[in-house]
Amino acid sequence: MAFSARQSTAPLPLGTLAPPIRAPVTPDQKVSLEEFRGAPLVLVFYPADWSPVCSDELALFNELMPEFERLGAKVVAISCDGVWCHLAFARARNLHMVLASDFHPKGEISRAYHAYREEDGISERALFVIDAEGKIFWSYVSPVAVNPGADGVLDALERLAEQGTAEDDGGPSLSQREESTEQEARP
Amino acid sequence: MSRLRTPVGSHDHILGPVDAPVILVEYGDFQCPFCGQAYEEVNKVLASMGDQLRYVFRHFPLTQAHPYALQAAEAAEAADGQGKFWEMHGMLYENQQALDPESLLAYAQKLGLDMERFTREVSEHRYLERIRRDFMGGVRSGVSGTPGFFINGARYQGDFSASSLITVLQGGGIESPSYF
Repeated sequence: MAFSARQSTAPLPLGTLAPPIRAPVTPDQKVSLEEFRGAPLVLVFYPADWSPVCSDELALFNELMPEFERLGAKVVAISCDGVWCHLAFARARNLHMVLASDFHPKGEISRAYHAYREEDGISERALFVIDAEGKIFWSYVSPVAVNPGADGVLDALERLAEQGTAEDDGGPSLSQREESTEQEARP
Repeated sequence: MSRLRTPVGSHDHILGPVDAPVILVEYGDFQCPFCGQAYEEVNKVLASMGDQLRYVFRHFPLTQAHPYALQAAEAAEAADGQGKFWEMHGMLYENQQALDPESLLAYAQKLGLDMERFTREVSEHRYLERIRRDFMGGVRSGVSGTPGFFINGARYQGDFSASSLITVLQGGGIESPSYF
């Protein structure tokens, strides 16, 4: 699949309140950001159901659901696919995370997170860690064809958990990857 | 570039001499078709590089995508308990289409393993924790799918054909190990 190389606008600034989300997850259910207050939330924006890289990426996050649970974090993955597509995709791949649909109005949520590719009409491959108060703690925008892995998210969740006790995170920062953008809120 | 966070050590499955100039670490899943292809390529690499290479295999089973991957990894570890890790590793990759429990028993039998012990250790999940450690170490090193390769500790994201691997392993600008 050919995507334009240009990244969208700069990532949403850290420490800001995460834009509201109210998105369908099934034909008759919606998910909203407020439901996740009080615990860290991992938002996984991905370009499309079924495309090979996304599936690998979600397969990895899916495998790590027990680890996210151990860290007290919830995971919501978001793309512009419709709920029926999400349902079929989740069933076929045995996915256990919530898949939210940014289908109507198309890309509204992705756009609010500066994670929408206007010229392609799809979400960026972007990761956000949102803290218990609903503020953006860490974000990472990957080149669209590159599976970002989960090391950055797990590192961020651990730093978030330590934040109350340690002044400085001290941990190794995520290595710089070409054409990617990573940032983290400092306490 | 991501780096290998878990150094190669005595807990690993290793082929090749300790003083080999290059180390290739693979994170693999026995049920992953790409890993099956990589197995063939790595065999060519091993044959070509001889004692110039150390090769390490670590588990990265994507159990939600590959229902037999974890059992297969447990079978390989149980075989390791009887000194036959690499024999089972080869058996599993050469028979990727049949990794159901009965097939695993048949492979163990074929390798002449003590079947009572093999069956017990697999059913007790004796090696689950070890497999999980391999997996998490891979995740924390940035492995995002299988097969995941590291050359002298640096993530290798090129294609895994034997010719590409050999080119890089023979010195295509890869720095020396940072974890020794």
